[in-house]
Amino acid sequence: MRTPHPETWLRTTPAGLHCLPGGFHIDPVRPVERAVITHGHADHARPGHGAVLATPETLAIMRARLGEERAGGQLQPIRYGERLVQDGVRIWLRPAGHVLGSAQICLEWQGSRVVVSGDYKRRRDPTCASFEVEPCDVFVTEATFGLPVFRHPPPEAEVAKLLHSLAVFPERTHVIGCYALGKCQRLIRLLREAGWDRPIHLHGALARLCRLYEELGVSLGELRPATVADKAALRGAIVLAPPSAVADRWARRLAEPVVALASGWMRVRQRAKSRGVELPLVISDHADWDELNETIDEVGAPEVWVTHGRDDALVHAMALRGIRGRALHLVGLGEEDEELAPGEPPEALVEGEA
Amino acid sequence: MSIPAFAELLERLVFTPGRLAKLALLKDWFTTQLDPDRGVGLAALTEELAFTAAKPALIRDMVAARTDPVLLALSYDYVGDFAETVALIWPAQAGTNAPPPMLSEVVEALELTPKAELPALIAGWLDRLDASGRLALIKLVTGGLRVGVSGRMARIALAEWAGRPVEEIEEVWHGVAPPYLPLFRWLEGKGPKPDPREAPVFRPLMLAHPLEDADVAALRPEEWRAEWKWDGIRVQLTAGPGGRRLWSRGGEDISGAFPEIVEAMNFHAVLDGELLVIRDGVVAPFADLQQRLNRKTVTTRMQREFPAGVRLYDLLFEGAEDLRPLPFDERRRRLEDWMERVKPARMDLSPQIAFASFAQLAEIRAGARAASIEGLMLKRADSPYVAGRVKGLWWKWKRDPLSIDAVLMYAQRGHGKRSSFYSDYTFGLWRPDGQGGEELVPVGKAYSGYTDAELAWLDRWIRNHTIARFGPVREVEKSLVLEVIFDAAQLSTRHKSGVALRFPRIARIRTDKPASEADRLENLMGFVAGREALAAK
Repeated sequence: MRTPHPETWLRTTPAGLHCLPGGFHIDPVRPVERAVITHGHADHARPGHGAVLATPETLAIMRARLGEERAGGQLQPIRYGERLVQDGVRIWLRPAGHVLGSAQICLEWQGSRVVVSGDYKRRRDPTCASFEVEPCDVFVTEATFGLPVFRHPPPEAEVAKLLHSLAVFPERTHVIGCYALGKCQRLIRLLREAGWDRPIHLHGALARLCRLYEELGVSLGELRPATVADKAALRGAIVLAPPSAVADRWARRLAEPVVALASGWMRVRQRAKSRGVELPLVISDHADWDELNETIDEVGAPEVWVTHGRDDALVHAMALRGIRGRALHLVGLGEEDEELAPGEPPEALVEGEA
Repeated sequence: MSIPAFAELLERLVFTPGRLAKLALLKDWFTTQLDPDRGVGLAALTEELAFTAAKPALIRDMVAARTDPVLLALSYDYVGDFAETVALIWPAQAGTNAPPPMLSEVVEALELTPKAELPALIAGWLDRLDASGRLALIKLVTGGLRVGVSGRMARIALAEWAGRPVEEIEEVWHGVAPPYLPLFRWLEGKGPKPDPREAPVFRPLMLAHPLEDADVAALRPEEWRAEWKWDGIRVQLTAGPGGRRLWSRGGEDISGAFPEIVEAMNFHAVLDGELLVIRDGVVAPFADLQQRLNRKTVTTRMQREFPAGVRLYDLLFEGAEDLRPLPFDERRRRLEDWMERVKPARMDLSPQIAFASFAQLAEIRAGARAASIEGLMLKRADSPYVAGRVKGLWWKWKRDPLSIDAVLMYAQRGHGKRSSFYSDYTFGLWRPDGQGGEELVPVGKAYSGYTDAELAWLDRWIRNHTIARFGPVREVEKSLVLEVIFDAAQLSTRHKSGVALRFPRIARIRTDKPASEADRLENLMGFVAGREALAAK
């Protein structure tokens, strides 16, 4: 029997990717009966689904962010490598290296295999398991940084830049904008590895997920709230805050802050300038251009679907190597990253005010 | 490590809005870098060293040969800046393990390499650098660093770093050349002070304090000399056997932009004066002079349309004789004698204004109609010529500013300390909309004049009255009136309203006044012709 083409059993629908024989959606953008979730970022893990299948860490993150009720009717943990069969569809997860608990969803039906990678990166990240290659017939990839201008420098070098700045401006608070989930904890670990053992101060919106990471076994060293510290105590300190807060009213409490932002977007000067950033730190949890292309080559899929991001450049680059690329134009994805474009992330704001 | 370190410095300078922070970065550079690279870097920042060997087209060809055209086009479209696109997209060469080039190595090679070998040389460097290093290198070889570091700022940083007065550095600066080894040796206490000898050097200018009306009562008229304060740019003219230079107020060499002035400097002296565009003896508005500023070279047509001249007001050196310790009256006498004798082309004397009392002088000041006059200068008759702003010797007594009541239209976030505040305001005035109604037309932008409390109030008001957002800019309800003061209004073809304001700032928030009662564009136009309109208002 010929194996069915993945197009025949995995479809894009308004709710997101839908596995027809398995009867579930992957990272659906609206409430569905059965959802498989790649990771805990707000644009992938939305509230209100019936049954939710994800790694134990992702489920814990969803509970913490969405609350017990909204996280889903029935939460079903599945560990990396564990296999289950749902209506004839084999399902197993592989680490995606994006944030704690992030997973690639591997699906096989009648001998045809698809890997939905979610967001991923290939660089070392001391806060989560590293990406693992799973060969497949169709690889579903993101393309957040799908342009050859995006080549992330080693994060250690970016952290060294930050520490150099603290040496040049020892009186100024260094406030770093970073996402509450993943980037924040990775940055803390990178700082600890670079020898920064002083307390790190946190905006209120970041505290909860840091506690959760610690509960899940990622130690972060001494953390203190930034909100109650007085101005003088924050001289020469490192403060982490959501990107929306660093250049706004919240930051007025800091001592002559150097405003930094940790993001892959900081690679482009105009992006950094328009955000009023004084110290751009190019640290990303997404695959850069080289990582995207190397991963596509390693999984060996003859066909690659691109969920969101700069699909035009990536599809073109794949065509040059004889790989069939298809842009899915899934809506609703990439929003947590797009917050760095003008506009403010609603979630961070809500959490920030609390 | 030099190009990567230089790249990091450039990146910090580009993103750092604050002057103090820029100075700190420069001082760190002087401390952490070795010779000759720290001097080469300094010269590159202040554009004392500028290369034109590599044209942008050369860089374009180099990158086109190594990248896919579709990907390059998509990338350029996204990034917006070609040099940056090249720096980011440049593909790494497998097996390139050579260390990044030193700054001095790059500069030396650029001078010695024949043109035909440049592409291979530059490509080799790009292969050895990361993206930030590549951007720094491309900007360096194509001659456009543009990081907002003036020569003056660099010298202040040197002075603070070495713990010496900036005047001392100014006096030797133009006698030393990149990479400034004798200068650094001297500043580190390892060598003698460099001697500029005959080389034309910039002498730090004497500056004036603003005179408040309350200060006037304490002044005795017989001790003071008055002149008009001209609305041009302050310059120093240095000419002698060692060469001729025209310096700006901050000690930048602007000779290249004003060849007709340099040509007229066939004397041996150092003079202080105001650079102006003068037609038939009449001083043109500042906007005309602006056409001639910030140019490395100038066309004959520009020279004809915007003829430059210098109105002289002080003589610092006559021949080799330093007149600066002499009292002002004595220097003025020497200046007048010198003018009589030398009669330099394109130069005249700034006339002195006779007065018997400050009440009379205040009347003269108020009666000044020309837009080219900013007010009065008061100089104490016995004052020596001293560098910097020494209180009580020279005063500037600006005439009262002009004022309009305008409607706030847009607000933008500021920079640095003000990045969390909407601190830049675009304001407009009413005019007929051509359909029987009225519309607001923007006439200017102000980002000063308010108190901290007013800024906080405005910030809050803007956040609560936003009707649209465009990136960092907010459009607000057209309901808040601001009293805007400014020094002059000039016709402008570059502004939608047809008029440009000189130094507008916010004087008051007029919550008492409805927007419909704000001024009309024709009120402002009345100021353009002259100050008579003020009386008519």
